[in-house]
Amino acid sequence: MEFTLWDLIRNLLLAARWTLLLSAIAFAGGGLGGLFLLVLRVSRSASARSAVKLYIEAFQGTPLLMQLFLVFFGLPLLGFDVSAWLAATVALSLYASAYLVEIWRGCVDAVPRGQWDASASLGMHYLTQLRLVILPQALRMAVPPTVGFLVQLVKSTALASIIGYNELTRTGQIMTNATFRPFAIYALVALIYFAMCYPLTSYARSLERRLGSA
Amino acid sequence: MGYELDFGALLQYLSLFLEGTAVTLGLTAVAAVCGMMLAVGGAAAASEGSAGIRAFVAGYVELIRNTPFIVQMFFVFFGLPTLGLRLSAMEAAMLAMTINLTAYAIEIVRAGIEAVPVGQREAALAFGLKPRLVFALVVLPQALGNVYPALVSQVVITMLESAVVSQIAVVDLTHVADFIQSRNFRAFETYLAITAVYLALAVLMRRLLARCGRRLLAGRAA
Repeated sequence: MEFTLWDLIRNLLLAARWTLLLSAIAFAGGGLGGLFLLVLRVSRSASARSAVKLYIEAFQGTPLLMQLFLVFFGLPLLGFDVSAWLAATVALSLYASAYLVEIWRGCVDAVPRGQWDASASLGMHYLTQLRLVILPQALRMAVPPTVGFLVQLVKSTALASIIGYNELTRTGQIMTNATFRPFAIYALVALIYFAMCYPLTSYARSLERRLGSA
Repeated sequence: MGYELDFGALLQYLSLFLEGTAVTLGLTAVAAVCGMMLAVGGAAAASEGSAGIRAFVAGYVELIRNTPFIVQMFFVFFGLPTLGLRLSAMEAAMLAMTINLTAYAIEIVRAGIEAVPVGQREAALAFGLKPRLVFALVVLPQALGNVYPALVSQVVITMLESAVVSQIAVVDLTHVADFIQSRNFRAFETYLAITAVYLALAVLMRRLLARCGRRLLAGRAA
């Protein structure tokens, strides 16, 4: 059977949907996890702060591939039935939360100290301070680096191919085996990733510039 | 009945661990040295070169930074033979890691060059130094001093990302783990141990390079 170039492109584009979906779920999961960790990271409890630091060190100091394997082989030991899809979403969410909490902490630190003092003097509770005073101000600064991290996350989903999740990279591998056209296929795969990531990169850059000039 | 973790089954593979560590560190060292040299050249071209060269470097940086490392590596290993360039797995891994690190390092070094005050260049030129020497002796050392910590982070990231070279059968630390767990069926313990080795390598590398940097670049940062 002959594959035309259009066949290759069409199938790769269909597979790219799964890359986008995985990125979106990992971002949502990582965002929620990151927010939770952030509350601990900027809290007054020293042990909570150092626990989060340890978590960050563990996830930023080890290969994502190992994290994927540990989730993939570790969850079954706890009695969960794990598909490649579930392992990938869990591992990528944990990974994303470790990066997002560090990015967001930087933004919270950049909110002037007086904002904490002022809101405390109004009798606000810690979580209320965060919710009503600190986070809304930090949010504005947080958008550009968060979008920048999204690029890293989209690229990271390529590793889910190794535990057998059928996204863009793995589809490229399978099609290479079927067609023996690795040059064209991997070039196309790279181009599709580029088409997903480059708009995010330039959006993050323009946001940064706008924030810098404001 | 729960599962009992058993790390004892790993001890007999200690020599494999060491070999895998050597390969991972060796690959990282080659990529770091070649990548840094290319990055300095690329950053110099990006800040001093003609418009054409600048556009070429910018295109290269964007292309690499917006695609996954694993795809770049597959392209080098499986794709390039179509053009007649047949590389061994080890060579392909070195090339892919160097290509990848170079792109990130160019961005970092370029930022460092931009942060050097213009007065430094003007003063050096006023002394009658040739523009090339001004760059090499005055601008570049300060630029590297400015961004040294970021470069160290990038090298550590490259080391961690090199885990995927096991996918083209380079016998690095991850490949050793794949092999061991196929023998002892203790996947979780094996990967946990290897993950700990990676963590230790990352921490040690960061410390060591930071110490070297303080020696090397003492008083150079602008």
